[in-house]
Amino acid sequence: MFLDYYNFEPLLAGIHAALCGVMPEWAALTLEGLAVGVAIMLMYAVLAVVLIYMERKVCAAFQCRIGPNRVGGKGGLLQVPADVLKILTKEIISLNRADRFLYNLAPFLVILASILTFSCLPWNKGAEILHMNIGIFFVLAASSIGVLGILLAGWSSNSKYTLIGAVRSGAMIISYEVSIGISVLTMVVLCGAMDIQTIVAGQADGWNIFKGHIPAVAAFVVYLIAGNAEANRGPFDLAEAEQELTAGYHTEYSGMHFGFFYLAEYLNLFITAGIAATLFLGGWMPLHVAGLDGFNAVMDYIPGFVWFLGKTFVIVFLLMWIRWTYPRLRIDQVLTLEWKYLMPTSLVILLLMTVCKVCGLTF
Amino acid sequence: MKRDDVIRMAGAEVCAGNAQVISIPAGELRRTAEGLRHDRDVPMDYLRDIVGMDWGEEGLGAVYFMESSATGGRVALKVAVTDRERPLLPTMSDLWKTALVKEREVFDFFGIRFTGHPDMRRLFLREDWKGWPLRKDYDMDSNPLRLDNETNADTTTEYRLLPDGTLAGTAHPVFGENDFVINIGPQHPSTHGALRMRVALDGETVTKVDPILGYIHRGIEKMNESLTYPQTLGMTDRLDYLSAHQSRHALCMCIERAAGIEVPERAVYIRAVMDELQRIDSHLIFYSCLVLDMGAMTPFFYGFREREMILDIFEETTGGRLIQHYNVIGGVQADIRPDFCRKVREFTAHMRRVIRDYHDIFTGNVIADTRLKGVGLLSLEDAVSLGCTGATGRASGWANDVRKRHPYSVYDRVDFKQVTRGEGDSFARYLVRMDEILESCHIIDQLIDNIPGGDFRAKTKPVIKLPEGIHTAEVETSRGEFAVIIESRGDKVPYRMHFRSTGLPLVHAMDTVCRGWKIADLIAIGASLDFVIPDIDR
Amino acid sequence: MDIRRRAKIRSMEYGDFKNNDYLEEMVRRLNADGAGVVLTSLDRLIDWGRSNSVWSLALGTSCCAIEFMALGAGRYDMARFGFEVTRNSPRQADLLLVLGTITYRMAPLMKRLYDQMAEPKYVVAVGGCTISGGPFVKSYNVVKGIDRIIPVDVYIPGCPPRPEAFYYGLMQLQRKIKVERFLGGINRRQAEGGAGHEYEAETGKEAADEAR
Repeated sequence: MFLDYYNFEPLLAGIHAALCGVMPEWAALTLEGLAVGVAIMLMYAVLAVVLIYMERKVCAAFQCRIGPNRVGGKGGLLQVPADVLKILTKEIISLNRADRFLYNLAPFLVILASILTFSCLPWNKGAEILHMNIGIFFVLAASSIGVLGILLAGWSSNSKYTLIGAVRSGAMIISYEVSIGISVLTMVVLCGAMDIQTIVAGQADGWNIFKGHIPAVAAFVVYLIAGNAEANRGPFDLAEAEQELTAGYHTEYSGMHFGFFYLAEYLNLFITAGIAATLFLGGWMPLHVAGLDGFNAVMDYIPGFVWFLGKTFVIVFLLMWIRWTYPRLRIDQVLTLEWKYLMPTSLVILLLMTVCKVCGLTF
Repeated sequence: MKRDDVIRMAGAEVCAGNAQVISIPAGELRRTAEGLRHDRDVPMDYLRDIVGMDWGEEGLGAVYFMESSATGGRVALKVAVTDRERPLLPTMSDLWKTALVKEREVFDFFGIRFTGHPDMRRLFLREDWKGWPLRKDYDMDSNPLRLDNETNADTTTEYRLLPDGTLAGTAHPVFGENDFVINIGPQHPSTHGALRMRVALDGETVTKVDPILGYIHRGIEKMNESLTYPQTLGMTDRLDYLSAHQSRHALCMCIERAAGIEVPERAVYIRAVMDELQRIDSHLIFYSCLVLDMGAMTPFFYGFREREMILDIFEETTGGRLIQHYNVIGGVQADIRPDFCRKVREFTAHMRRVIRDYHDIFTGNVIADTRLKGVGLLSLEDAVSLGCTGATGRASGWANDVRKRHPYSVYDRVDFKQVTRGEGDSFARYLVRMDEILESCHIIDQLIDNIPGGDFRAKTKPVIKLPEGIHTAEVETSRGEFAVIIESRGDKVPYRMHFRSTGLPLVHAMDTVCRGWKIADLIAIGASLDFVIPDIDR
Repeated sequence: MDIRRRAKIRSMEYGDFKNNDYLEEMVRRLNADGAGVVLTSLDRLIDWGRSNSVWSLALGTSCCAIEFMALGAGRYDMARFGFEVTRNSPRQADLLLVLGTITYRMAPLMKRLYDQMAEPKYVVAVGGCTISGGPFVKSYNVVKGIDRIIPVDVYIPGCPPRPEAFYYGLMQLQRKIKVERFLGGINRRQAEGGAGHEYEAETGKEAADEAR
């Protein structure tokens, strides 16, 4: 069975005990809460920088070019920090006839939704920040706040382009959440749990994609398509649709407000990939093959967060590959795809999974 | 009515020059045009161009160039009106749709009002512009630069001549009260230059497109009237910069024909090779821009990768990348480089190979197929009536290639296929251009080994003067029929020089083609029509 | 502490750039009233960020726009230097690249685009048409130099300029950004009395403000 080399739980419990020794418990909890908050922000920022750099290099590789390679040492490693510095010192424009309050609120809603979902990711055993017994349900709920921010941004900017972008985005994201919800439900049926750590722990003897075989693979594909749409990325990037709506719903945002949308886009990609890795590919659980104990033991030496990040980045790469290859869909085609094909398919998959589970056909 | 009938008419007279323009009285214009358009055997169903003219004493007027799409037979009519204060001509917009936009151009430049035309707005200049710039008595300083915002009129005027000789106007609204109008351009990533379209939407569905042109109107035609013939050559490269060689070829050819200059055979071959390379170059950009406008970034870089190879070849011989200034009157500027032929051969072989990659990544793609197939239909009748030449017309089944219909240069001696398709949708327009890349490779392969020796440039007089009359020449550029029309009065400068824009009918067709499709389709259709704005605005 | 003496570009020799004198003059003027150690170090960091992340808004009206596309494509790949992102919304762009002739009808719109951009913003005039009207200088509808309407930071001559010339011009802009001052003191634009003055000084052209 799974060897527990890298469990963070004792470490964190030790820290908590030590803090409680020198101060009252409420102070310790506040301090820990602050520390965790700062840690989330830092991780969020660092991951965004890594993802943006990765996207630039990956797309350059697909496009027969080099990509950033001059700024800050070999390979343009400091290109994205330079961008961040620039955008931090850029003017934030306030619009004349916009709804001030909503206009300023929108980017924070988007980033809030993104950070809330981000906090639910299981990084390692014992290293999940928001832990609750309906974790995956919370993820779905929290990620829906993002579309509210997009709609507000489009509406409050007082511009026709942003409005069209926002309405497109709203129609698309709300539709595709149905498919995401159903494919997540499929996996919940398989695992019998909604708690993210339990879902991961349940995959110690094999990842869900193997345990659930045919319905799980199908659900994985449906999840990837719908997740791609949910993250507003090509071929579903019609909310921004540079060639049609110049910059879509965030056309009127400048400086760090625009930066928030930009960050959230990349982190949503990461979150989509992270949830996919958790549900289908075992999260931080190492690769175990039944019977090969020596192999399993070697795999266990690799820390859980490395496994998690590795799996997530593989899926991120897959999504980038799709993004840079396909042309964009049209709004009616996007909705046709969802309501006529994807949603019925995912319902069938759910049914199939239930039947498999009931008949004991899963491993 | 046929051409001979027009000549036999009372008051008709054939003007000097190779255009064979027939001058008729203004009162006869409408009846003659109707007769030619509805002739039973060879209807003149393609109105090539309407060229406004200011003949000074003789009055203002226009020259109508018509052609039969079936036989390629041509008629050109010239009418003049002496009233400079209130010049009026009957509209042709009910006979040929393309007259809708061409008459607006004449109105904009010369102030000639077309009675019965439903949309007499200015086309290229600011709506509050004073005066008519291409008239000979126009004061060049009368419209200084203004930085106040231009307001666009919401109504257009249709003029009618009442029996008592007064002019009455009817106002037509451009957009309805409840239309949701968005403004695309002039600064927009996929309008391919400074084009502006006001688009009425119903949800995401386009209900009307109103193109507003002139954001890059540089007044080239007026400037040419004060430049000597060799000086005018520089302007053609900057019209349709993706057909720089071909446009300049047309102007050189027009001057050479009129002045009777014999071009050496070597120059003729070199020009043809350059034209075809330019065509491939332009179609590669078409591919890149189409895929980019549809949101696929990667194939964009493929097109530009091969295009750089063509630019290398151009650069070695001509010294220029985008704008080459290579054709001159009587030949070409400089002889080809020694390894020109080898490089061109290598390029065509390479191009045939990599075009498969292009199709692999884009053509068979399910999203690309559903976005292009059956979208933006342009029927054959509309294509001819709107004057959509080039690959756009050929995708609708109109065999309109000037290289076949009125061969020039070496095109009657080489073997090539005119690519036509019948579907008339965006996908057909795309495929026609992709196939034309291969056809151009085929033409180049036949020419490149047979470039004859000898001079690359004929000796010309230091000062070139053209005989009096109206002279024309036309070529097939990368995006349609490009014609040069020169009216000469025997001077070393042209009296009037007009270029038939290849893109103007295409932009005008946007309204017809885009109605009922989505915004995303509007962008894809615009890319598939493939226009270059500086060529439209001139 | 002085602000940086020499605006360098990685792996390019200082002497390879032709217009060093006016940059040195800018540095001298900025240094005239001194600066604090902390602020100058922060300034350097911010200038480094800004100069290496120039997001452009391409106002492409004619031929030069195609050469700009070639600059972005595989062979010349401007992503290498930090010009990777082109934003189509003026709000998010740092650099207004004017590519091609500006006509009387377009001029108010170009000014509006410039006004819509967020600070710090720069303008590069690409090609003969934007610098002086180019071959169309005698036309009745062409603006004879966009510096009559908006301040220009760098002029890239050519018709259209080669991609190498583009790079030279964009690197000049980077060097110019590198001697800016963000914190404390007066900023570059005020010190200079409006960008674009060196061009006017060079050509003896008048400040042609009749348009305003």
